[in-house]
Amino acid sequence: MATDYNAFITEDTIEGDPDASGPLAGATVAVKDNISTAGVRTTCGSEMLADYVPPYSATVVERLTDAGATVVGKTNMDEFGMGTTTETSAFGPTRNPADPERVPGGSSGGSAAAVAAGEADVALGSDTGGSVRCPAAFCGVVGIKPTYGLVSRYGLVAYANSLEQIGPIAGTVERAAETLDVIAGPDPNDGTTRDPREVDGADAGVPESGYAAAADGDVDGLTVGVPTELFDGADERVVETVEAAIADLEVQGAETTEISLPSVEHAVQAYYVIATGEASSNLARFDGVRYGHRADSDGNWNESFAETREAFGAEVKRRILLGTYALSAGYHDKYYRKAQDAREWVRRDFEDAFADVDVIASPTMPVLPFELGESLDDPLRMYLADANTTPANLANLPAISVPAGEADGLPVGLQLVGPKFDEATVIRAASAVEDR
Amino acid sequence: MTDTPDSDGSADGDDPAVDAAEVEHVAELARVRLEEGETAAFADQFAEILEYFEALDEVPDLDREEDLVNVMREDEIEEGLTREEALSNAAETEDGFFKGPKVS
Repeated sequence: MATDYNAFITEDTIEGDPDASGPLAGATVAVKDNISTAGVRTTCGSEMLADYVPPYSATVVERLTDAGATVVGKTNMDEFGMGTTTETSAFGPTRNPADPERVPGGSSGGSAAAVAAGEADVALGSDTGGSVRCPAAFCGVVGIKPTYGLVSRYGLVAYANSLEQIGPIAGTVERAAETLDVIAGPDPNDGTTRDPREVDGADAGVPESGYAAAADGDVDGLTVGVPTELFDGADERVVETVEAAIADLEVQGAETTEISLPSVEHAVQAYYVIATGEASSNLARFDGVRYGHRADSDGNWNESFAETREAFGAEVKRRILLGTYALSAGYHDKYYRKAQDAREWVRRDFEDAFADVDVIASPTMPVLPFELGESLDDPLRMYLADANTTPANLANLPAISVPAGEADGLPVGLQLVGPKFDEATVIRAASAVEDR
Repeated sequence: MTDTPDSDGSADGDDPAVDAAEVEHVAELARVRLEEGETAAFADQFAEILEYFEALDEVPDLDREEDLVNVMREDEIEEGLTREEALSNAAETEDGFFKGPKVS
């Protein structure tokens, strides 16, 4: 019997269109449990939504089933996407197929584990501060965080709207790109989506024959920026593995150049202030009236509301409280305004860097996968593991994590970040990492 | 952790230490009841996390010129959820409406 990695919260099927043709026809897809599926419960890894059955499907789910893919289940995740290990789920932790005593990363840990274990051909995750790329790196698979606005968020249960995107996870770069081809594109139900062909300064846009065609491994003449800040402080075994993969890109004809992104030293701080601020207002919707758990309370509205929200797990409460604090009178300027300055600084740093380089390479995660339980009682340690992934969210940029090799038998991910809406270049570069 | 600035009118004192009473206060503002033991644990963790956030002081002030445009559409009637669908996940309904707890 196969090992149970607890990758799924709900195993249920939504059939794909049997008449569809194309690369995803007949494929199986695992969907993160914060992406709405009509008639199939969508829990967000939370007791709060344990019995919630959406009356509609997310745009990305409609597009996948229209393309012939069959949904095989809803995957485990950190509660509301808040975590880096999938251990904050109310449905128990997911195990890493590469080493079942270790975490799969998070928050889309169930999606990455399902693909790594062969339980689905492809999967969808959501990435607010690295939640697609981190589990892809830890489980040894590929994950793409698209440019903000490329993929519809309609039907994604919101955590931090200004940062998050839905993205594909797959065993190969080409498979992930095929999935991106299906889910990308403007949606009238999400006003933040854009058609990349109509965005000023994003000439790269969509390749004629789709993103999958960009996975051709051709990096001859490509310039790869290597930012020192994203290697400093990382585990030496991770750095060695990633440097070897970058050296192989040079052998294939890419040029590498050292660059500096001083702003990224503040990315984790800025990310956690902005994300918790947005979470504190987003999660106010869980009032127990329209959907979700409701406490059996005799109190008035305020008391009942507070008792209902006792059902959130510790990490979710921690972030709601931190966000409430950072936005409260007297602290807004100190934390939130400075975090927005840092976000702008990160955006400019990347924009300046892309004047000289085509993509930016670094370790996806500065650490190897944690052992189960290792980081659960030390939130700051868990937050710091997001140092290399959060900058792309703050700058709204496309990023991919691709397996770079192994260290001590554990997967190591290499991250490539590109200019806005230039998914094609990060896909091309990642396919060369994979080919070596 | 209070919701008002320090007595000298600034909130950027050097000591971000957080005590249990302040955690309780913010939890009350956020309408989140904490479980036994959570308050003390959060106080310690928040002190550590807020101390780390202090480094945002080193970020330069920037003019943020975000190039944002409103996305508008015609205000046309479209098909939406039926009343039955909209109420299908509610804990309590009455005569086709959501029923909430008493206000006071």
